[in-house]
Amino acid sequence: MTLRGRTIYPGEASGEALVSRMGISFYGGVDPDSGLVTEAGHDLEGQSIAGKVLVFPTGKGSTVGSYVLYRLKHNGLAPAAIINSACETITAVGCIIAEIPCIDQVDITQIAAGMRLEVDAERGQVSFQP
Amino acid sequence: MHLTPAEQALLAGESGPAAQKSLQILATLGRIYGAERMIPVRSVQIAGVSYDNLGEAGLAWLAEMAAGGGRAQVFTTLNPAGMDVENYPALGISEAFAENQRCVLAAFEAMGVVTTCSCTPYLFGNLPHFGEHIAWAESSAVCFANSVLGARTNREGGPSALAAALTGRTPAYGYHLDENRRPGLHVQVTAPLTDTPDFGALGKVIGDLLQTRSVERVPYITGVHEDSLEHLKSFCASIATFGGVALFHMPGITPEADALGPPSEKITIGQRDLEAAKADLTSAEPDEVDFLSLGCPHLTLGEIERIARGLQGKQVTREFWITTSRPVKGMADRMGYTAIIEEAGAKFATDTCCVVAPIKGRFTALATDSAKACYYAYAKNGFKTRLLDFDELLAEAVR
Repeated sequence: MTLRGRTIYPGEASGEALVSRMGISFYGGVDPDSGLVTEAGHDLEGQSIAGKVLVFPTGKGSTVGSYVLYRLKHNGLAPAAIINSACETITAVGCIIAEIPCIDQVDITQIAAGMRLEVDAERGQVSFQP
Repeated sequence: MHLTPAEQALLAGESGPAAQKSLQILATLGRIYGAERMIPVRSVQIAGVSYDNLGEAGLAWLAEMAAGGGRAQVFTTLNPAGMDVENYPALGISEAFAENQRCVLAAFEAMGVVTTCSCTPYLFGNLPHFGEHIAWAESSAVCFANSVLGARTNREGGPSALAAALTGRTPAYGYHLDENRRPGLHVQVTAPLTDTPDFGALGKVIGDLLQTRSVERVPYITGVHEDSLEHLKSFCASIATFGGVALFHMPGITPEADALGPPSEKITIGQRDLEAAKADLTSAEPDEVDFLSLGCPHLTLGEIERIARGLQGKQVTREFWITTSRPVKGMADRMGYTAIIEEAGAKFATDTCCVVAPIKGRFTALATDSAKACYYAYAKNGFKTRLLDFDELLAEAVR
């Protein structure tokens, strides 16, 4: 099955889906030195985003969050790709400066945690075996 | 989104990697928010300057942009830094922090950015005129530029403001366009407003109210007849902090109000609302206060003169920070105000402030005349707060 969306930052990646139904605040919500989600009460709390295809509705919080994605990339702990329903400034800028493939306007309710996803962000598509 | 040949050349990397990355950021934001084209900006103001907010990652990014040939194309100034580069030991800032903060400023300087660090750039030459397009980041200055000056800017983040500086452009969406500057809610103020805390409280009441609505709406505020620069900057800081407001209209005071006129939906704010907001911002008992600060947003020369008059021949009894920009401090030096204030034992914290300095947990309670400073003192630094009138605060400092 292939879902279509819009290119935010191009590139190809594949990996296991890590799916949140909540917004993510990278600044204060994700530890750049471990890749773990640290926001109390978040549905991904305690899980690592490193190497995963990170699927969540939209970003939130401080614009400094863009730099957290950049730091994760330098630490080898960035997600392989990001898929959003509606990308906003913080996540978009973070993906551009950290060069993480990113697409949005995707129906993320079709994606379940643990699926193996193939992302072609240049074409704005994500494929998987349902 | 339409890009000109010059913009396409930047995107292709013909002016180096920093300008290329900048145009990628701006073009992507333009696509996300539905901009049809880029527009030139006349000036830029960049936030994300304190090492306390940027951290190692932010510094690494700035260094990469400087190394990638980044060069400001328009007049660009910075938001407050995490320390006063001259007076930091007296403010208790560590040498390790100072070294990192100096690296941040060096990266900006290498890119041709003016490294005066202030939330009130309009007080020293970064002063856009009516209708001019700019890309500013500091939330209180964005609100002041849009509302009081009638310039046009969105609320930029640190990287998008830097990208605008390095290309001289911003995508045309949001508050750059006429249709998004129209008022959506009439706020009638019946309470009298006299000192800065009244304006801070009014900003909090309106800001909190707008936060509870799902749609972003520009407030049209009537009943405010006082229009000093100092009160307006305090109001802008508060309504931006509590409501994320980037633009308001005030007939008789702001330049676009009369042409637009009030919208039909109206709410009224009275004395009781302001008192409740002030009570919300006061959690400390008088004797718990071990830190005082004036200058959020940064002080004008007139405010510094008022402090000098209040402290002349007296001694402050607690840590007291006077925060302003270096150009305004220079005028205060010449007028003799600085000497009077320092003689009384208060400390100048120039080009920094109590919001962005690395002082988490260092004090128990902050007293200030600024609603914005109260918010961040609690949320970022874990302090209790007391919101006082300007002269009350000066009296408290020497009690």
